[in-house]
Amino acid sequence: MKNKSSRYLASPYIIWIVGFIVIPLLTIVYYGFTDKSGAFTFSNIAEILVWENYRPLYRSLILSAVSTLVCFLLAYPLAMILRWYKIGRGSIIVFIFILPMWMNSLLRILAWQTLLERKGVINGILTAMHLPEQHLINTTAAVLIGMVYDFLPFMILPLYNALMKIDDNTINAAYDLGASFWQVLTKIMLPLTVPGIVSGVTMVFVPALTTFAISNMLGGGKIYLIGNVIEQEFMQDSDWNQGSGLSLVLMMFVIVSMLIVNHFDDKKDMGRGGVI
Amino acid sequence: MGVITKMDGREKTGLLRIFGNRAIMAAVSVFVIAGVSASAVGCGTTEKNIEEIPTPLKDTLYVYNAGEYIDPELIDMFEEETGINVVYDVFETLEEMYPVIEAGGVIYDCVCPSDYMIEKMLQNNLLQEINYDNIPNIKYIGEDYMKMASEFDPGNKYAVPYTWGTVGILYNTRMLDELGVPYPTKWSDLWNPKLKNEILMQDSVRDAFMVALKKNGFSCNTENPEELDKAKQDLIDQKPIVQAYVIDQVRDKMIGEEAAVGIIYSGEILYVQDELEGTDVNVEYAIPEEGTNLWIDAWVIPKNARNKEYAEKWINFLCRPDVAAKNFEYITYSTPNTGALELLDQEYLDNKAVFPDTKELLKTSEFYHYLGQEGDALYNDRWKTVKSS
Repeated sequence: MKNKSSRYLASPYIIWIVGFIVIPLLTIVYYGFTDKSGAFTFSNIAEILVWENYRPLYRSLILSAVSTLVCFLLAYPLAMILRWYKIGRGSIIVFIFILPMWMNSLLRILAWQTLLERKGVINGILTAMHLPEQHLINTTAAVLIGMVYDFLPFMILPLYNALMKIDDNTINAAYDLGASFWQVLTKIMLPLTVPGIVSGVTMVFVPALTTFAISNMLGGGKIYLIGNVIEQEFMQDSDWNQGSGLSLVLMMFVIVSMLIVNHFDDKKDMGRGGVI
Repeated sequence: MGVITKMDGREKTGLLRIFGNRAIMAAVSVFVIAGVSASAVGCGTTEKNIEEIPTPLKDTLYVYNAGEYIDPELIDMFEEETGINVVYDVFETLEEMYPVIEAGGVIYDCVCPSDYMIEKMLQNNLLQEINYDNIPNIKYIGEDYMKMASEFDPGNKYAVPYTWGTVGILYNTRMLDELGVPYPTKWSDLWNPKLKNEILMQDSVRDAFMVALKKNGFSCNTENPEELDKAKQDLIDQKPIVQAYVIDQVRDKMIGEEAAVGIIYSGEILYVQDELEGTDVNVEYAIPEEGTNLWIDAWVIPKNARNKEYAEKWINFLCRPDVAAKNFEYITYSTPNTGALELLDQEYLDNKAVFPDTKELLKTSEFYHYLGQEGDALYNDRWKTVKSS
């Protein structure tokens, strides 16, 4: 492991990291802090204080927080059921939940489009049952559904892994000592699965915060998120400085929210270590 | 005991690390993708860099056109007739095409933008003059259209018209009857609250503002902030009744009866009507009374093109009446080719939506003009307000 030749094996990754992560990131930073003439400026960053920009950011934060919560509420009971029936990793049920991750996420959103459309599948069923047509597509709810559906597997998997790690004896001991199901859930299961929750939350929250495709396809261009603003800056207005500046702001929000979540996790870990 | 605790802790953080890293990577990749394209386009803006790019295959013509904007058989036909290899790339929007040509990262010999974009390319010195000696078929392009094209290409030196048309309202007669809404004849009809969730607007700055500006009797090239603010307010007021802001999807959504009215380019009507033939769905196209946007798409040769002669052969080929007629039947966008018109069914020519009277139209309608960076910003900023609200 420690001989010199094996070190060269890492070089392709270094090239990858430098070429595809570090340099593009620095390019974004450069564009974000310069104006069209190339002079240094903070104005691209400060632009987030304009209503047209902070309003979509606020909307993104709310939508991603809600979709994360919904994902959690859907995924946790499911992971508990999988654990309860001792359904192993290789089983067909776990496989089915992971399967959608193998498919292009845009295709999955496109499928939701056909489900929610006015002449779509859901309204087709409603009409067949002589119920009135519902206006589903191009609403905030449609975007939320898309987010939850798209990111749910990313919540299930870490929660499932974390729950499967809990020793049965720990839970049985709690019941033996007279704990109710509620107490086992809140005092044993939840604290022990914090790392899984943290992973799940970041893996859902971050892509939901930055998405622009879902809001475009299911929101009909009416639900404008911060991702859409940045997309417009780059693709339509060809204002890369502005787009980069807002990307940096969004990146800050991502980093801060991850720090908060991780901090929560660290504290729990330390606390548990102390108790034992 | 202590050791076990430690191991336990490490294992958990290990698990977290795997997933945590993946989450960070997912987050970063969004920026990275943008960054990669930025750096890819960002390099090679000077002419010196362009020369350093290795020359491609000699017998190859590089064509750049909008998506679904040619009969693909014509490309094969051209290759067979001339022995020239064609590399045919497509773009989705002109705004996406422009930086590619400007940066010269990929060099094209022949491109097909619209009027205002040709004006912008000319102003930024990105085009070269066409040698009409190599394009004898130019005689088939109607004089009226050449005259119209001279509005963005003074003296007709740089651009050969390919298609032309209007922007108008496509409406589903049955759905409007059911709603009890009269058929639209004016832009202002699109502010009728009875049409809630029935309107498909164009999701592009200039087209959306054109609708609101023309509704108020203003020019769609205005740079007057007050007129633009009025248009912006109208668009914001209209937003609650708009079903969606889309571009290409208008066509398919109208065919699927997803909405009763949609703003669309005139070239799409024949396609929609063809698709709906034999069903009980009937759609009609109206050019609003207040006037609309008149547009021309034309072939141009970028300054850095390597095979100018091939590009001219390509343009000459497309101007040939039989080719233009075959192409029209496929893409259904009105052709300015008088030779082709003679070959087409009278049924097409009588269709006022596809071939409106240009002289009548020009009284109220306008081409878009390139407004410069500051002019564009006037529109873009207000469009953002509309979209954010």
